[in-house]
Amino acid sequence: MMSSLLAAGSIFDTIKDGINALCQPHWFLILSVVALIVFLLGYRRFTKPVFAIPFAAVCIVFFLASCLDPNFVEIVKKADNVPIVMMMFAVSFFLWLAFRQAALNDEATENGQPLIEAGADDKVLVWPDLVYIELIALVLCTAFLVVWAIVLRAPLEQPADPNVAPNPAKAPWYFLGLQEMLVYFDPWLAGVVFPGLIVVGLIAIPYMDTNPRGNGYYTFKERPFAITTFLFGFLILWVVLIIFGTFLRGPNWNFFGPYEYWDLHRPMALLNTEFHDLFWITLMGRALPTESWAFVPGYIIRELPGILLVGAYFVLGPLVLRMLFFRKLYLQMGFVRYGVMSTLMLVMMLMPIKMALRWTLNLHYIVGITEWFLNV
Amino acid sequence: MFARFGNWVREGQIWGSVFRHGVPRDRRTRAMAILTNVFLHLHPVAVRKSGIRLSFTWCMGGLTFFLFLVEIVTGVLLMFYYRPTVEYAYFDIQGLRATVTLGLQRELHRWGAHAMVITIWLHMLRVFLTGSYKPPREFNWSIGVILLVLTLLLSFTGYLLPWDQLAMWAITVGSNMARATPGVGTEGPLSSFIQIGGVPLVHAGDDARFGLLAGTFVGPNALLRFYVLHCVFIPVVVTVLLAVHFWRVRKDGGISGPL
Ligand code: HEM
Repeated sequence: MMSSLLAAGSIFDTIKDGINALCQPHWFLILSVVALIVFLLGYRRFTKPVFAIPFAAVCIVFFLASCLDPNFVEIVKKADNVPIVMMMFAVSFFLWLAFRQAALNDEATENGQPLIEAGADDKVLVWPDLVYIELIALVLCTAFLVVWAIVLRAPLEQPADPNVAPNPAKAPWYFLGLQEMLVYFDPWLAGVVFPGLIVVGLIAIPYMDTNPRGNGYYTFKERPFAITTFLFGFLILWVVLIIFGTFLRGPNWNFFGPYEYWDLHRPMALLNTEFHDLFWITLMGRALPTESWAFVPGYIIRELPGILLVGAYFVLGPLVLRMLFFRKLYLQMGFVRYGVMSTLMLVMMLMPIKMALRWTLNLHYIVGITEWFLNV
Repeated sequence: MFARFGNWVREGQIWGSVFRHGVPRDRRTRAMAILTNVFLHLHPVAVRKSGIRLSFTWCMGGLTFFLFLVEIVTGVLLMFYYRPTVEYAYFDIQGLRATVTLGLQRELHRWGAHAMVITIWLHMLRVFLTGSYKPPREFNWSIGVILLVLTLLLSFTGYLLPWDQLAMWAITVGSNMARATPGVGTEGPLSSFIQIGGVPLVHAGDDARFGLLAGTFVGPNALLRFYVLHCVFIPVVVTVLLAVHFWRVRKDGGISGPL
C-alpha cells in the first residue's frame, strides 16, 4: 500500500518535472507555435464537438489536478492572477467558437450552400430581439461580477515604500508581454518602439488587407494569411508572453516551471555573447577594432557588421519575402501597402528571431552601441 | 387586478409624457420605442437577424461598454472616499474595507477593470475573425484601436492609486520605459546628441519620464497626475470616442454581414 502510494507519487513527480522542463521558454514557445499550426491545419476536424469537448475536459481536469500542487496554487490563486486564468479559458473558448463557424462556413461555400450569416434582408426589430439579449447579457455579467467581488478580495499589499523593491517587480498583467520583451531587447525597443509599432500596425491592418473576401462572416479558408499572422501576433507574441510573465517569471526575472518553488537565490542568467565578438574575434580572428577612422568613431566600426545585418534585414527582407512567398500578394497590394506590411511583419519577427538567437548563442546584442544607448 | 393597474399607469399623463408611444406590441410602437429614446436609439430600429446572434458578436462590444459603465459608477463611489495624496491614499483604501457597509465597490471596480481588458481583446478578436474591419469599417477599427490603448492606459493609471507596494512598483517598472524613449528620454538612443554647446537638453529633470510622473520618481506628483488622468481626462476622451464608435457602427451599415 505504502509503496504503491510512493510509486504513484513519484510518477506524478516525474510528470511534473517533465512539464517543468517543457515550460522552459524555448520549449513552451515552440510547442505553442506547433499547436497553433496544427490547429489551423486541422481546424475543420479539431473544432468538431467530438474533439473539442474531450479536449476541454482534459484541460480542465489537468488544471484542477495541477491545483493540488502547492507551488502552482501559490501563483494561480493570487487575486490579480485569477483574471489571467479566466482569460486563458475565455480565449480558448472563443477561438473554438469562431473556428467552428469558420469550418462550417468554409464547408458550406465549397458545397455551394449559404453561409451561417447569410440573409442580408432578414431583419428583426431591435425591440424586443436585441434589447432583450442585451438585458440578459447585462444581468448575467452583473451577477458574475458581484459573485467575483464577494469571493475574491482586491489585493492590498504593504504601503508603498520606495526603498524596498519587491523581487520580482512586475508590471500590470496586461503589460507583461512587453516586460517579457525586455528580456530580449533594451527598453527603447521593448518599451517604446515596439508598443508604438503594435498600435500603428493594428491601425494599419484594414488599410493593408486588400483581400475583399471574408467581410462579415467567419472563415479561415478565404483569408488564411491575414488570420494566421494576426493569431501569431495575438496568441503567441501577446497571450503566451503574458502567461510567461505571470506564471513562469519569478525572482530576478528567472524562469520557473509551473510546479517549481520560486527560489530567491537562483542566480541571474548571464548574457555574454555580443555579435561584435562573434564577428571580429570568432570569425575574423582578430581583436575588436577600437581606432576611429576619419570622423567615424571606433565603436561604429566595431558595430558595423551588426548595423549592416539589421539594415539588410529590413532592406532585403521585403524583397526576399516577395520572391519566396508574396508574389501574388505584392501584385494585389501594390508597392506602398506591401512595403508597410512587410516592414511591420519583419519587426514582429524580430522578437522570435532574437529569442532564438538568445537560446542558441546566448546572444546579448546584435548592434551594441552602448555609448548611445542604441542597442538592438 | 395588476393588469388593470398597469393599464391605468400606462394610460396616465405621467407615463405618456415619458414614453411617447404605446406599449411596444406591434411594429410601429416597437420602432417608436427605439426611435424616441435617446439611449436606445444608439441602435437602429431593425438589425440583421444573423448579426445579433450571440455566436456572431459574442456580445463582446456590448459587454465592454457595460463594464465601462460599471467602472464609472463604482469609480464615482470610490472617489467619495479616496484622497490622492501620499498621506491618505493607502489608508483610505484600507479604510474602505473596514468601515464601508457592503463595501464591494473596490472589488467591483478592480475586477471590472480586469474583465474589461479581457472583453476588449475578445471584441477585437471577433471583429478581426469576422473580417469586420474591411471596407467600409476601416476607420471604426482604427477608433477601436485607440479605444484599446486608452482602456489599457485607464487600467494602468488606476493601478497606482491604492499606493501600496504592488501599485508603486508596477508603475515604476512601467514608467521606467519612458526613460528610454529615443530622443526624449535620458537613457534613450540619440538623446545625448540633443545639446547646446555641450549642455545636454535631455536629462532626468525634463525627459519623457519626468513628464509622465511629474518628477524623477513615483511620488506625490505622480499620484496626483495619475489620479487626474484616471478619473477625468482619459474617461472623457473614451466617452467621446465611444460616441463616435457607436455612431460609426450604424453609419457603416450596422453590424457587418456577408453582402
Ligand atoms: C471601449 C472599448 C470598445 C467598446 C465599448 C466597443 C463597443 C462596440 C459595440 C457595442 C459594437 C457593436 C457590435 C459588437 O458588439 O460587436 C462594436 C463594433 C465594432 N467595434 Fe468596437 N468597441 C470597443 C473597442 C473596439 C476595438 C478595440 C476595436 C478594434 C480594434 C473595435 C472595432 C469595432 C468594429 C470594426 C466594429 C464594427 C463591427 C461590425 O460591424 O461587425 N472596437 N464595438
